[in-house]
Amino acid sequence: MAWNEPGNNNNDPWGGRNRNKNSGNDGPPDLDEIIRKTFGRFFGGGGPRGGNNNSSSASFVVVVVLVLLVLFYFIKGIGIVNEQERAVVLRLGEYKETRGPGFRWNPPFIDKVFTENVTQVRTWSTKEQMLTKDLNIVDIKLSVQFSIDSAEDFVLNTKNPEQSLQQASFSALRHVAGSTVMHEVLTEGRSRIAVEVEERLQSYLTSYTTGINVQKVNIEETNPPKEVQGAFDDVIKAREDEERYKNEAQAYANDVIPRARGRAQRMVEEASAYRDQVVARAEGEADRFKALLTEFRKAPAVMRERLYLDMMEDVLTNSSKVLVDVEGGNNLMYLPLDKLIESNKSVSRAVQTPADLDELAARVAERLQFENQPSSTLRRREGR
Amino acid sequence: MSPRAIFSLAVLAFLIMLGAQSVYIITEIERAVLLRFGKVVNTDVSTGLHFKFPFVDEVRRFDARILTLEASAERFLTVEKKSTQVDSYAKWRIVDVTRYYTATSGEQERAERLLSQRINEGLRNEFATRSLQEVVSGERDQLMVDLRTVLNNIAVQTMGVEVVDVRVKKIDLPDEVSEQVYRRMSAEREREAKEHRAIGNEQAEIIKAEADRQRVVIEANAYSQSEKLRGEGDAKAAAIYAEAFGQNPEFYAFSRSLNAYRQTFGGKDDLIILDPKSEFFRYFNAMNQK
Repeated sequence: MAWNEPGNNNNDPWGGRNRNKNSGNDGPPDLDEIIRKTFGRFFGGGGPRGGNNNSSSASFVVVVVLVLLVLFYFIKGIGIVNEQERAVVLRLGEYKETRGPGFRWNPPFIDKVFTENVTQVRTWSTKEQMLTKDLNIVDIKLSVQFSIDSAEDFVLNTKNPEQSLQQASFSALRHVAGSTVMHEVLTEGRSRIAVEVEERLQSYLTSYTTGINVQKVNIEETNPPKEVQGAFDDVIKAREDEERYKNEAQAYANDVIPRARGRAQRMVEEASAYRDQVVARAEGEADRFKALLTEFRKAPAVMRERLYLDMMEDVLTNSSKVLVDVEGGNNLMYLPLDKLIESNKSVSRAVQTPADLDELAARVAERLQFENQPSSTLRRREGR
Repeated sequence: MSPRAIFSLAVLAFLIMLGAQSVYIITEIERAVLLRFGKVVNTDVSTGLHFKFPFVDEVRRFDARILTLEASAERFLTVEKKSTQVDSYAKWRIVDVTRYYTATSGEQERAERLLSQRINEGLRNEFATRSLQEVVSGERDQLMVDLRTVLNNIAVQTMGVEVVDVRVKKIDLPDEVSEQVYRRMSAEREREAKEHRAIGNEQAEIIKAEADRQRVVIEANAYSQSEKLRGEGDAKAAAIYAEAFGQNPEFYAFSRSLNAYRQTFGGKDDLIILDPKSEFFRYFNAMNQK
């Protein structure tokens, strides 16, 4: 135990001296005087030469000093072991015991005490770049949580156990990562790596008898190196693109097929409508025909005549017509049919009033008469 | 202060020194040799309290715990002549104190330098027979066991130390090799990305083609069905017509013709040129002639 260990005010090696000074009731004692007083006895006198002291006061001082020394020795050996701590005690260099929490007293110079916190979970983390099995480079961030399992091993067997832990972690991590392909390191293999590193690390540390218990190894992050991060990100984007393409195609399919189904239904419905239509029409027409036929049979000639005239009336009512009497004249009558049709069209568009109509009719008649024989008759009527 | 007191003081100091010089404790974390006039008299002092002759005997203490040696990074070539930068560490402890003392004069630095040389030499040999991949991956354990055995054969004999463990801490590639690795990794990723996009396009094409096929089939089936329906209708209509018109074909032809004329010439744009001698103008002409 170090003399200036915190938490123990009475172990200052000069404390005894100070106390010694303070206990002297008449000012600071002279060193010379004290020596004379103390050792004068052992070396056979000195009293006669001193003259200004007597043996009783000298022995008193000696007793006080001895008591103080013993007291100081006693106090220096006192220590308190906290709940989280264990104290490893070496007596005359040999391991004696490991003390649990509580008060302890170990004689200084004879016992050597090492106190370690054993319940505290310590953490050590690092970020390392390493090679994988397929010779790719990855960055791995690792943290190790550990505590001290055996304080005596921790203290006695290995120099700087925590450094040992760090180095063993480097080695174990690289070993496991080096036996794993990059894809696994970066994705689903992380927890497995953590478990394997933990086992391996613990076996290393056990073989070094560090007394350290590895509680948990966490692979916090595994990343491709920043130099190739862009390429890796692009793969992720490409995966998204793949899904997007599929979704877009699916959207197309979802758009096209129902429409096609709709159109198909329409075709069928239209065909069905056509069927019903033609059948219905046929039935209607047939019925009409039959009815007509019944009447026709009663008076065929009259019916025939009437139907013919009805038709002619309908046709001639609606259409433009030219009545040409070519019987008595020469056959070289010129009928500008194209112009007639054209003008007819323009008339049908332009002619709005009866006056226009009359004018047009007059013009046509005049022209025909002028160009041809007087016997030709032209009559023109404009339909509505 | 009187001369006597000074003398007493000197004697006291001398006695304390003598006491301190003649008693020593070797703890469990230490090993020690006892030298008398520079000659080893106790080759391995046990733990505990010991006495010695002051000024004549000298105690040399060494750390008995497992020590760590960090070998400096070295460049090794693998069997395919790839250069690697290797960091290693060794765990060692002193087993033969006297030999250790004689071999190293008790200086830990010196011992570590010697060990480090041997470790690097051993590693260099082991690396030279293995490919980079073997070194990086699972072969490590065996490599380390071999190396430790080889080292121990020499180290215990010559230096009095035992190598508990040798481990490769780091295998790094030199910068220019790393560059190549990065390029390769990028190329691999690029390949993967392209593959993903291509597969995406492939799938998309398949889905679209399938959809188009379905569309065509659906429409064709519908067409087939609709034609069937139309045919059905036509057939039925024809049958109806045949049944009705068969009763008097001549009258049918007549009335149907009339209808056809009506339909054909019904438009306003039709121009009909008529001969007054036609049947229709029978009475028209008769009136004219009167």
